Amino acid sequence: MSAATPKGVLTTPVFKNNPIALQVLGICSALAVTTSMSVSLVMTMAVIFVTAFSNLFVSLIRHHIPSSIRIIVQMTIIASLVIVVDQILKAYAYEMSKQLSVFVGLIITNCIVMGRAEGFAMTNTPGLSFLDGIGNGLGYGFILMTVGFFRELFGSGSVFGFTVLHPIQDGGWYVPNGLLLLPPSAFFIIGLIIWVLRSLNPEQIEENEFKMKHNTQPKEAV
Amino acid sequence: MAQSNNSIKKILGVAFALCIVCSVIVSTAAVALRPLQQLNQELDRKTNILSVANLYEPGMDVNAVFESAVIPRVVDMRTGEYTDEFDPATYDGFEARRDPAASRVLSGERDPAGLTRVEHFTTVYLVGDEEDPEQIILPIRGQGLWGLMRGFMAVEGDGNTIVGITYYEHAETPGLGAEVNNPRWQAQWEGKQIFDEEGSPVPAIRVAKGSGSGEHEVDGLSGATLTSNGVTNMLQFWLSPEGFGEYLAKFRSGIEQQDAQDADVELEAEGA
Repeated sequence: MSAATPKGVLTTPVFKNNPIALQVLGICSALAVTTSMSVSLVMTMAVIFVTAFSNLFVSLIRHHIPSSIRIIVQMTIIASLVIVVDQILKAYAYEMSKQLSVFVGLIITNCIVMGRAEGFAMTNTPGLSFLDGIGNGLGYGFILMTVGFFRELFGSGSVFGFTVLHPIQDGGWYVPNGLLLLPPSAFFIIGLIIWVLRSLNPEQIEENEFKMKHNTQPKEAV
Repeated sequence: MAQSNNSIKKILGVAFALCIVCSVIVSTAAVALRPLQQLNQELDRKTNILSVANLYEPGMDVNAVFESAVIPRVVDMRTGEYTDEFDPATYDGFEARRDPAASRVLSGERDPAGLTRVEHFTTVYLVGDEEDPEQIILPIRGQGLWGLMRGFMAVEGDGNTIVGITYYEHAETPGLGAEVNNPRWQAQWEGKQIFDEEGSPVPAIRVAKGSGSGEHEVDGLSGATLTSNGVTNMLQFWLSPEGFGEYLAKFRSGIEQQDAQDADVELEAEGA
């Protein structure tokens, strides 16, 4: 990685080096919490908080972390932060925390948080690490909000709970697409986002690991 | 530096210090935020009581509506009588289940819901007139697949017709067992009858495997047989004479007497 600049670490994870679209991390929660935009937003804020502060704390004590237990040290910091976030949500946004249910707790296992702590915060200064955490959280949130937008708009006909396409069960005209309320639809949308991002930034397209051969002709097979 | 960092002393020191710091942070957050969380849980419970009785509308002042529309009463489940021994506002039957003096042990066949202990007194919520309620909201709980499920069932004033069911606390699998809170599944309960026509004290209502038919059956949750069984089992317990059976019987017999009186009136009318 080239020398990190504050602006660089904050913005590159959003489009150029997106944790979901390029590194394909954190897919699991992106499938689960994107049925509506408000839930996606809360999840995004929770992840930004956790990545930013876990990066900050890991970076602060990085010179004292023994390499043999560094993963556990990072994990403990991340887990503590996640519990704090969970407690705060339960106290101030109870309905939301019920909807997010286990997925707040599962931020602990979100590869993005762990990946940034190990990959960036262990070797960079606290300030930069903090910004890197925010940047990666934003990158995660960008995908989450985009997926959430399409799923909520076409799955329930609303955006942030406000009705845009009047669904037929409330006497409107729009027939909601039930598939978009189910987790697999997020796969399709994330796939399309990856396609768009890589078309815009062709350098993101990975080299083929192997070349596929043409179909075998009957003559050659015999 | 890597050398000194990896000495056993340093490793233990870092691990210990980290644990102390993290546990202080976590417990501070948990303790400081608990009162707010309990308020939220209380509000959520009230919201569930109102929603199972079809009184809930989004955006309403739950506490105010609950105060005005719902009358909590403590019932002795052994006799089915109300008691004034406890204040319904503060009494918590769920806590009382641990108190040997206020609860009894259940075992074997008498414990279909897997409760182990059940309290003598529990709080029911009445909607409408206290003597002749429109709805009776009963707390129910029992083992699902992954753990204890707690909820409410609303029954009409006849002590037999179901208004609705809801769960406010459960650990069932999202998308499968957690569909107990799917409004479409919950809607099926409306109008179902708890007891059969013969007047047997054993509740006839159950969650069928597959699709239910008739007035005593509700469709099973596909992919969640064990959760469905859990729901059936807890209703078997709570609506039986072990649970609210005695209490509900009073309402049912009230209705029967009324019917009989009606019949008398009709006979008299014919005679005249």
